[in-house]
Amino acid sequence: MSTSYALLGVLGRQPSYGYDLKKDYDTLYGNERPLAFGQVYATLSRLLRDRKIATETTEQAAGPERKLYAITNLGRKDLEDWLVTPEKLHPNTQTVLLTKVVSAILLDKEPRLYLDAQRAAHIERMRGLTDARRKGDFAQSLRADYALFHLEADLRWIDITEARLETLIKEIRGE
Amino acid sequence: MSDSGATNRYVLQAKNLEKSFGLTPALRGANLDARQSEVLAIMGPSGSGKSTLLHCLAGIFKPDGGEVWLDGQRLDQMSEEERTRLRRTQFGFVFQFGQLVPELTAEDNIALPLLLNKVNRSEAYTRARSWFKRLGIEGMEKHRSGELSGGQAQRVAIARALAIQPKVIFADEPTGSLDSLASEQVMELLVGAAREQGTTVVIVTHDPRIAAYADREVVVRDGQVTTAPRKQQAVR
Ligand SMILES: Nc1ncnc2c1ncn2[C@@H]1O[C@H](COP(=O)(O)OP(=O)(O)OP(=O)(O)O)[C@@H](O)[C@H]1O
Ligand SMILES: [Mg+2]
Repeated sequence: MSTSYALLGVLGRQPSYGYDLKKDYDTLYGNERPLAFGQVYATLSRLLRDRKIATETTEQAAGPERKLYAITNLGRKDLEDWLVTPEKLHPNTQTVLLTKVVSAILLDKEPRLYLDAQRAAHIERMRGLTDARRKGDFAQSLRADYALFHLEADLRWIDITEARLETLIKEIRGE
Repeated sequence: MSDSGATNRYVLQAKNLEKSFGLTPALRGANLDARQSEVLAIMGPSGSGKSTLLHCLAGIFKPDGGEVWLDGQRLDQMSEEERTRLRRTQFGFVFQFGQLVPELTAEDNIALPLLLNKVNRSEAYTRARSWFKRLGIEGMEKHRSGELSGGQAQRVAIARALAIQPKVIFADEPTGSLDSLASEQVMELLVGAAREQGTTVVIVTHDPRIAAYADREVVVRDGQVTTAPRKQQAVR
């Protein structure tokens, strides 16, 4: 979903060949998760079908002909609507963490072990991101910041859950 | 720098530390190691004993039991006088509220520990002034430290701690009163300069984003230190 808007956004600045489009995407949105060519062309064909982009075939002096992709008026309108529409919030992102804690309690295991391990894993990831943001360009460091603040939110939840574990255990066991 | 500076030698070790305040046990068999050049974060809930541990490591508190080793010496068995000398020459301190001397200028504050260590006056001030560009507050050398913002004052406090090139810096919630951006500047400065000097840094923080600047973190819980179960990390 947002991949197609990300690509529309790149095309919104100037028409582009498929290969350049992929390269721009990877630079802007993170070389850690590069877009597969297959996904680029699948997304482009969907956008073509929906008339949000159009192609122009250019003759090459040598080699095969290349398709130049450009955004249409319809595509630009859709992109601009999307830009000002707030995202739906996902209240269930913590489901996995919570499920592990509750399941540990149901099985009479020690949920603290899981929470400690998860905390360490989160901080390890944050350490990697902190390092990356120091070495990266500005866009990269903003991307890292976004991830860092979200991991921090998880950690706050982990801390408060750990602090209230006794109460949670009593509640689940119906004591 | 950290590659050549880091060794597996422990600069600082705490073994089985016990400390009570009246009937309240604050430390109950706490163990901790820090290597040369290592940046170590101490995390854990409020009241768990983090600050008490830091104060015992730094020779400010004498533990009731257990041992503190600094570079092969028993810190906890030293006289008050020896510990004071050690704190002045080998340790740097950064706390939540800078404890700069507000009536003194920013450069006076950085020069002060050097003067106390008998560095001559012009040398002390030359070294103090050399920090300001890096602190990002060039031109504020003669401002009274009471006139600095919280983030600026914290950066001066870090320069003051690092100026004597200590073996270990102890920091207790060094960014506790700062916003995200100012915290980041403080941590970049602290960790960056400490790595260059090969200084060990022990930071107490409840903020995971601060802990993420460290090479390793431990969690204090009910007066004991727990290290999360996972692979041993290499020191960077
Ligand atoms: N000077 C003191 N006199 C009496 N009790 C103290 C003193 N210092 C600490 N304590 C007690 O020792 C325990 C550990 O306190 P400590 O300050 O080490 O916790 P902390 O982990 O640093 O907490 P915080 O995150 O709130 O700073 C607490 O129960 C505290 O009340
Ligand atoms: Mg404390």
